[in-house]
Amino acid sequence: MVKQAFGAISATALAALWSAPAAAAWTLNLREGVTELSREIYGLHMLILWICVVIAVAVFGVMIYSIATFRKSKGAVPADFDHNTKAEIIWTVIPVLILVAMAVPAARTLVKIEDTRGAELTVKVTGYQWKWQYDYVDDGVAFFSTLSSASNEARQLDSGVDVHQVENYLLDVDNPMVVPVNTKVRVLVTAADVIHNWWVPDFGMKKDAIPGYINELWFRADTVGTYRGQCAELCGRDHGFMPVVVKVVEQAEYDTWLAGQKAARQAAATPAAQTAGAAAPTTTNANETTTTVLVANAE
Amino acid sequence: MSANQTHGHAAAHDHHDDHGPAKGIMRWLTTTNHKDIGTMYLIFSLIMFFIGGSMALVIRAELFMPGMQLVDPGFFNTMTTVHALIMVFGAVMPATVGLANWMIPLQVGAPDMALPRMNNFSFWLLVAAFSLLILSLFMPGGGPAAGWTLYPPLVLQTGDAFPLAIFAIHLAGASSIMGAINIIVTIMNLRAPGMTLLKMPLFTWTWLITAYLLIAVMPVFAGAVTMLLTDHFFGTTFFAAAGGGDPVLYQHIFWFFGHPEVYIMILPAFGIVSEIIPTFSRKRLFGYDAMVYATASIAFLSFIVWAHHMFTVGMPLAGTMFFMLSTMLIAVPTGVKVFNWTATMWKGSLTFEPPMLFALAFLFLFTIGGFSGLMMAIAPVDFQYHDTYFIVAHFHYVLVPGAVFAIMAAVYYWLPKWTGYMYDMKLANWHFWTSTVFVNLLFFPQHFLGLAGMPRRIPDYSTQFADWNMVSSIGAFGFGLSQLIFVWVIIKCAKGGTKASDHVWEGAYNHGLEWTVPSPAPYHTFDEAPVVK
Repeated sequence: MVKQAFGAISATALAALWSAPAAAAWTLNLREGVTELSREIYGLHMLILWICVVIAVAVFGVMIYSIATFRKSKGAVPADFDHNTKAEIIWTVIPVLILVAMAVPAARTLVKIEDTRGAELTVKVTGYQWKWQYDYVDDGVAFFSTLSSASNEARQLDSGVDVHQVENYLLDVDNPMVVPVNTKVRVLVTAADVIHNWWVPDFGMKKDAIPGYINELWFRADTVGTYRGQCAELCGRDHGFMPVVVKVVEQAEYDTWLAGQKAARQAAATPAAQTAGAAAPTTTNANETTTTVLVANAE
Repeated sequence: MSANQTHGHAAAHDHHDDHGPAKGIMRWLTTTNHKDIGTMYLIFSLIMFFIGGSMALVIRAELFMPGMQLVDPGFFNTMTTVHALIMVFGAVMPATVGLANWMIPLQVGAPDMALPRMNNFSFWLLVAAFSLLILSLFMPGGGPAAGWTLYPPLVLQTGDAFPLAIFAIHLAGASSIMGAINIIVTIMNLRAPGMTLLKMPLFTWTWLITAYLLIAVMPVFAGAVTMLLTDHFFGTTFFAAAGGGDPVLYQHIFWFFGHPEVYIMILPAFGIVSEIIPTFSRKRLFGYDAMVYATASIAFLSFIVWAHHMFTVGMPLAGTMFFMLSTMLIAVPTGVKVFNWTATMWKGSLTFEPPMLFALAFLFLFTIGGFSGLMMAIAPVDFQYHDTYFIVAHFHYVLVPGAVFAIMAAVYYWLPKWTGYMYDMKLANWHFWTSTVFVNLLFFPQHFLGLAGMPRRIPDYSTQFADWNMVSSIGAFGFGLSQLIFVWVIIKCAKGGTKASDHVWEGAYNHGLEWTVPSPAPYHTFDEAPVVK
């Protein structure tokens, strides 16, 4: 009954989700996302969820039946058995078979996730306390991405701001990462101080950003839009305030954006040649020495 | 004490306090009596349960609404960190050690624990450990705030609280190791004649296996935190990439300890439930041998699954695959246990006193935690679940309506044996129903939050998560307040009530040695070893 109630709520919530993406309240389930991997992960998630639901109905059913039927108050007399080899073999073997059935598609997806070959664009992401740096390594474009000022003001203790009025509260940044649609993007993930984790739920991918390591993940978004995630590894005081925002745009728009970034970079570099190499305007306290020892983490 | 004391030779003890306990505070400071020490462990863990619980309520109060209303984000992190450390090492573990102290000698027919002075020492070490940890909250720079997993490099940013927290862990670990040695020696050497290993009650069995896990992994954890200490103060770089070290190494060492640790918390709970369900079903435990072997298999598997806590650190494909498959395997022996408990109830004659109610809630709700655990074992999907509230929901389901409910079931089961009085059944039923309703209100919505994309350990969240967080916080306060009923029941029962019979429960008659001694259990029991047929 509870499940049905939740089902009803879920249906309403889904309807609400479609009509107002920003305020998807009472959400119940994982999102399907916008990449091949995220959809495959969603499919696996639903498969295992349903297998668990079926097992739960069977096991809980027997438990509830026993509780309802074999009551002393109903005059139940205890039986005198304490084992049954056949039953015990059956309920050891069947779970093994179910597990094998789960493991096969899971392994297949895992292999696909790990295959970062043939990437068309590589972006290096570096986690800092508490912001992200995006480095388009082949194009010489790099910038920092920090929590938007509107969210940052609203999130201060007793700010007096109604956070419901702040657009994309805590999920908005000043400079989002921009990638072209239908392009295999390889993301190199690392960190400069402590461990962070770069996560965009709609891409199905999450990877630890570890100082001294370069981790890899890939995605190919097939729908234009803005996708929001957060740091998913405790990284200190403002861990909750370093969102990840990725804009997926048409190739032409991406080219324009990239050209603009390059031009801005050139304009910034010309008058002050001595700061060459510092790509972003705000590199305060960015301890760059810690990134010097890099352990390649690909197998 | 000679180690060659064969079991059955309980007569050669020197009793300085034949006439009962000493008077006043010295009784508690110097006691070597397993019942006194068991009582102290249980009271200590109850106090810690309330301290750790208050911290959880600070967390849930801040998360009641989006926006920061109550605490600084740094203090919030301290609360999540210290809440976990206190609940794991201060509440759940000492509670099961307290139960072991009280019940294992009674269950195997021993006059006391084998190493009574060490028993006293291990308890008082624990008090020192948690005094240090709580003191660390007041140090300059605030308390430890890097999460209970203490991952470097973040943990190395901790202020003056750092050495206090590390030494607290060292002391608590030493205390656990001593407790574990004591339990193993007691079970191996002091069993009554005829009490063969495969006749031991399941609670004793699960504790024997737990004790081996403790001895295997607590020193590993001590090593890991010692390396943190030298990284912080003595210029070593075990975990610093800039000095040739490796931050991921810490995670491997930590979880090599950490995964067996979660079984250290749940195996005694399995034992408790395996005692209670047969008693109130008036039937023998189904598949006793299978239960023992399943427990041993779970313990073995716990050593080869640790990296499933680290699927997102970027392991090689082969590593991820291995840890995914080994983790899935755990579902088999765990399933066997759940099926055996169910088969024990099948064609039984059930009654529903408070211990049975808590054991049944355990059966249902722990199984839900088991299902989400299986889901998380699937590495590709765990890339989505990892470090979200889905994980928080999972481990709280196995720890709160899992381990904690089993501990409460044990208290309601054996309390009349300890105090000699029956407790207030009506109040205990109230405690059960409020706890069960609120614990689900508290933790079930956290599954939804995690799936919707809310990371764990954040003090504030996007407005889309507001609704379920509010529900969860309401559940938290309801659950917290419900525990006051528990304290009330215990105090009332300690003060008096209807006299309890020796076997207390109708179904406990002929169900183990602990029910053959009077209620309350006298200060010294089994001075002469009973004979088990």
